[in-house]
Amino acid sequence: MRRIAKFATNPVVVALVASLAIAGCASKKSPNSAADLGLGGAGAATPGSSQDFTVNVGDRIFFDTDSSSVRADAQGILARQAQWLNKYSQYAVVVEGHADERGTREYNLALGARRAAAARDYLISQGVSAKRLKTISYGKERPVAVCDDISCWSQNRRAVTTLSGAGS
Amino acid sequence: MKHVIRAILLISAMASGMTAFATLPARALVEIDVNKGNVEPLPIAITDFLSGDGIGAEIAGIVAADLKRSGLFAPIDKAAFIEKISNPDVAPRFEDWKVINAQALVTGRVSQEADGRLKAEFRLWDTFAGQQLAGEQFFANKANSRRIAHIIADAIYERLTGEKGYFDTRVVFIDETGAKTARKKRLAIMDQDGANVRYLSDGRAMAMTPRFSPTRQEITYMSYESGQPQVYLLQIETGQRELVGNFPGMTFAPRFSPDGQKVIMSLLRDDGNSNIFSMDLRSRTTTRLTNSSAIDTSPSYSPDGSKVVFTSDRGGQPQIYVMGADGSGQTRVSFGGGSYSTPVWSPRGDLIAFTKQSGGQFQIGVMKTDGSGERILSTGFQQEGPTWAPNGRVVMFFRDAPGGGGPKLYSVDLTGRNEQAIPTQGFASDPAWSPLLD
Repeated sequence: MRRIAKFATNPVVVALVASLAIAGCASKKSPNSAADLGLGGAGAATPGSSQDFTVNVGDRIFFDTDSSSVRADAQGILARQAQWLNKYSQYAVVVEGHADERGTREYNLALGARRAAAARDYLISQGVSAKRLKTISYGKERPVAVCDDISCWSQNRRAVTTLSGAGS
Repeated sequence: MKHVIRAILLISAMASGMTAFATLPARALVEIDVNKGNVEPLPIAITDFLSGDGIGAEIAGIVAADLKRSGLFAPIDKAAFIEKISNPDVAPRFEDWKVINAQALVTGRVSQEADGRLKAEFRLWDTFAGQQLAGEQFFANKANSRRIAHIIADAIYERLTGEKGYFDTRVVFIDETGAKTARKKRLAIMDQDGANVRYLSDGRAMAMTPRFSPTRQEITYMSYESGQPQVYLLQIETGQRELVGNFPGMTFAPRFSPDGQKVIMSLLRDDGNSNIFSMDLRSRTTTRLTNSSAIDTSPSYSPDGSKVVFTSDRGGQPQIYVMGADGSGQTRVSFGGGSYSTPVWSPRGDLIAFTKQSGGQFQIGVMKTDGSGERILSTGFQQEGPTWAPNGRVVMFFRDAPGGGGPKLYSVDLTGRNEQAIPTQGFASDPAWSPLLD
């Protein structure tokens, strides 16, 4: 993880990484973007790059159990995403919807799709053109955090906004 | 495509001077009572079939393993046998088998025909009545020797229980490899006992939820190969694949109709909800069955094709609903507390198997088709996705144990007492049982 390595000199991030390790979760990504942690600063990310989007805007939002309602904390992230996407209009976007493992496979595919649609609709409400936005559901098949309790499940119930290169 | 030719074994019995008992009225030595707590398995002696090589012992071993896993039979250790069967065409010394409490005895012979085919004969004896209960012979290619054994096990099961067997069947499932965060999921097929595994997709695209055609060597499943999850058909023998329909959004949760002519599935709407459609595979016409602002998925037809059971969260959480096959009369049937999903109609028509989530546990259970008479067969941390054996007496499902790293397959009978692990090399999920082969 390049970005974790990059921030590793920051004591806040070191503490975060350590607490995740104690929780026993093999998490590929920290649960929130650097911006959410109040670290500020774009670091070396080039403005308008996908790294800029992931690190400074935050590429994902989280959901409550069996819910596809966009939470208040997620609305702020999506509003920032929309602002950034409206500024850098060269990107097409795929919103991935995911579910935690505490549901059955087919139902969770449907739930992931509904979460992706909820995030997409919020971006549209913030002025992002519907033509740039696609959705896909991965159900519970692509967790980012693997353990047997809520510390992981809450990270897996997510919608991730991914930039798919230059849009039309 | 007949791989195995079957004939009733009467002639040799009469030629050797014995009475032919094939016309005896059927008497079930084993009673299948799904409401009974403890079924005492029937002690049965299965002798090595006579053969010039090891194949006779191999076939007897497969028959014994099938019968044992059903939970209804207790094969007796061969070391206890007193009589050594040297001619399976003559009556055994019943006293020798009664004294070791073998209620039933299986004898047989495997030989090779001039054309290279295998010929397998078996006889089933009621030792206490001193009678032959069944006698049949089968011809098949050597490559099908395991199938011959399963067919013999089915014949024994049927003669002794009065119900059709389920051993000459296959299971299609998802083979899972790699880390959970990037797991490869590919289609695979095997015999119901875990033998003869074959992979049907290469794993480059994630595949899930395969379901058997009731009438052809064909499956329907969902795959990410086009980028968007979509429902496909796959001919098992030829490998030929075909997209089902041409829908703009995700299609998923497919299943065949009982006549094999339709696929019923979920289609994602633009608002993020999912509705149920059926598609006629000949005319390619689609029919919308549900139209709710909710998730409607996991549809499964009743065996007469007149009804569909499905999952919907229209009431706030996933529950089981039943409707007419035209979408009429949508009625909730699950009221047991907790949430319910993956309903599957029994091939006998009498029960619906389901996954229930309650109190942080996942349960596999069955209920009557009106939702009454719920019975939980298995409880675990994470388990789901029942599929019925074709005789409607056993369900298979997949379970992910905490810290276990991945799912494995299990079967359980309708008493819930006889749970068996299905051996697979790696992790496995989404089992779907085939009909009896022919």
